[in-house]
Amino acid sequence: MKTKNIKRSFALAVAIAISTLGSMAQTLGGGSIHGNFEANGQYYMPASKYYADSVPNEKMLGAGFANFIYANDNFSAGFRYETYMNSLLGFPQGYSNNSGIPYRFITYKNEGLEVTAGNFYEQFGSGLIYRTYEERGLGYDNAMEGLRIKYSPVNGVYFKGIIGKERLYFNAIYTIPGLVRGFDGEVNLNEAISSWAEHKTKIIIGGSFVSKYQTSNDPFHVLPVNVGASAGRLNIIRGNLNLSGEYAYKINDPSASNGYIYKDGQALLVNANYSKKGFGITLSAERVDNMDFRADRNAKQIDQMINFLPVLAKQHTYALAAFYPYASQANGEMGVQAELFYIFKPNTFLGGKYGTNIDVNYSQTQSIDRQQINSSTAVGKENTKGYTSNFFKIGKEVYFHDINMEVTKKVSKTFKFVATYMNIICNRDITVAPGDGTVNAQVAVLEMFFKVTDKKTIRTEMQHLSTMQDQKNWAMGLIEYTIAPHLYVAALDLYNYGNPDKNYQLHYPNLSAGFTKNANRFAIGYGKQRAGIFCVGGLCRQVPASNGITLSITSSF
Amino acid sequence: MTKKLMLAVAALLFSMLFSNVSAQDNAKSRKIPSVDLKGLDGGKVNTSTFSNNGKPMVISFWATWCKPCIEELNAISENYIDWQKETGVKVIAISIDDAKTSARVGTFVNGKGWTYEIYGDPNGDFKRAMNVNNPPHAFLINGNGEIVWQHVGFAEGNEKELYEMIKAVAAGKPLPESK
Repeated sequence: MKTKNIKRSFALAVAIAISTLGSMAQTLGGGSIHGNFEANGQYYMPASKYYADSVPNEKMLGAGFANFIYANDNFSAGFRYETYMNSLLGFPQGYSNNSGIPYRFITYKNEGLEVTAGNFYEQFGSGLIYRTYEERGLGYDNAMEGLRIKYSPVNGVYFKGIIGKERLYFNAIYTIPGLVRGFDGEVNLNEAISSWAEHKTKIIIGGSFVSKYQTSNDPFHVLPVNVGASAGRLNIIRGNLNLSGEYAYKINDPSASNGYIYKDGQALLVNANYSKKGFGITLSAERVDNMDFRADRNAKQIDQMINFLPVLAKQHTYALAAFYPYASQANGEMGVQAELFYIFKPNTFLGGKYGTNIDVNYSQTQSIDRQQINSSTAVGKENTKGYTSNFFKIGKEVYFHDINMEVTKKVSKTFKFVATYMNIICNRDITVAPGDGTVNAQVAVLEMFFKVTDKKTIRTEMQHLSTMQDQKNWAMGLIEYTIAPHLYVAALDLYNYGNPDKNYQLHYPNLSAGFTKNANRFAIGYGKQRAGIFCVGGLCRQVPASNGITLSITSSF
Repeated sequence: MTKKLMLAVAALLFSMLFSNVSAQDNAKSRKIPSVDLKGLDGGKVNTSTFSNNGKPMVISFWATWCKPCIEELNAISENYIDWQKETGVKVIAISIDDAKTSARVGTFVNGKGWTYEIYGDPNGDFKRAMNVNNPPHAFLINGNGEIVWQHVGFAEGNEKELYEMIKAVAAGKPLPESK
């Protein structure tokens, strides 16, 4: 009898379990699983001694990741598996020889409430005091691990709250010292106030507060364990005019980056745009003073950054135009940028048959004013307030200057070109390392497209960079043949013909081919890579010289 | 008693199998994930509200710093009026520019003369939810709001393939095999 009872209750339990599973499968039934995948590998080969390339002991390095997301109406969950066996040369070393699932989350939405548990990326305003994000190509990933809550109680009013720690490579969360908490609120007046809905002027205001906590047992400094930063923003739009600005303030935050000074920090970013069809103008200005904000005050390079300070400079993509890039200087910079877009209409003198597009861009970034706090204390002295700075005074040192013009012209059904000219001044003492000096370079690029048939196109790039500094003149040529929609082959050569030392007048040839089908892409390359700075979105990393075969696969499903 | 229970279990198992089959049928349709984006007028727009009255939509991920993306949107722009007339298609361009370049998106779009619906995804939330590796990445959505095709990269002439797909979706026909 006893055994029978046990059997019965077991069978009942199984039945209940199965029916629960069954109903779960039904609830889960409407959803779908999707993902994406990327893998990069390189086989390294030695080149002649002048290339200063290095071959790692492994000879072949490969790294990759895959994301999986399950989504069903108001519920989603996912994870990313990453592996670095080993990470490619020049990639942040923190990833090397490791694998894992550093990113996993569950999110659900319900009546204006959204809750995320696990890892997430978030941004408050333009990011001056808080932005967690990923740039996989650079190895940048400061995803938070913790909780995020978003809530919209009424139309046009949005709140966000976050708490957690930032990712540091594959380090376990309990070993990461900095805790980050934040809150953001935004009101869209035209959405929140029903009588404003049809108003011509749109106004959005927002504010945020972020605080980090880190214990201190530093014998040399009395350090604040809680460091708070706050920001306010405003966006006004009327017709074709769009004005936006954000101001951020951070209390004193002595850190390895600012040399352990006790000065407060601030940042201001303003934008003004006017545009209508065929014409647009953008003006931006930025002032950053002691705004390096990290979850760990001892962190260096790109580790544990809490905020994001945008660079006011055009992001160039042509190889020689991107030769001397700028990276934002969190400890202090003042910059302006102006850009103008214009279309000369078709069937006019300058427009020709198809019209002509023009884009003129100017940007200049300089140091901020820094004065001694008193006559006996040097600027930036450790354990002091560091310096004083006049908010409106521009520092004398030029960090970066770029004036460029791009003309895009379709000449006929089978031929079009893009012509670019630019002048760049880059202070490499600031962007690379002290002692590298300032480079003043002129760059010209002519890119041409020749349509052979409807699906076959030849694209060429001719680029030239001339400068009296660094490695002097460079030239580059590229030819690419594409058969839409699947295939391309390309050959390029980068040539440092102006190098004053004949032994270093080197060629950097590259051959590559790729195949794309729908959302899958395979690319293979063979050639030499010059040592340089590889930048995405104002963040940069040094890439060492290399020679060899590269393979890259990306896929989405 | 045990027999009855076993029967019940069998019935449940069967019903679960059955429900799984229908679940798999459902799983084939992938809807646009729900993410908040920023419109050029500053207002928030949720991607689950994207619709085109039962006609096809193209969602194209791009950035002001991405040359092939601009080539793609230019190539579509040259044909957009004809495509709209013939199929009713709507193109939604999602800029993944971050704070560094997001302020120039509106002026850039007008400077190119594009007439697409434009939204900003400055921290890559929609990009992540749609499993986009790198731009350009275009998705074709059918009249029921389901993602039916996607393509990465752009080469001159790709727009022709895209239009073949749009036409098939607009006519309710199966997608042609990618040649």
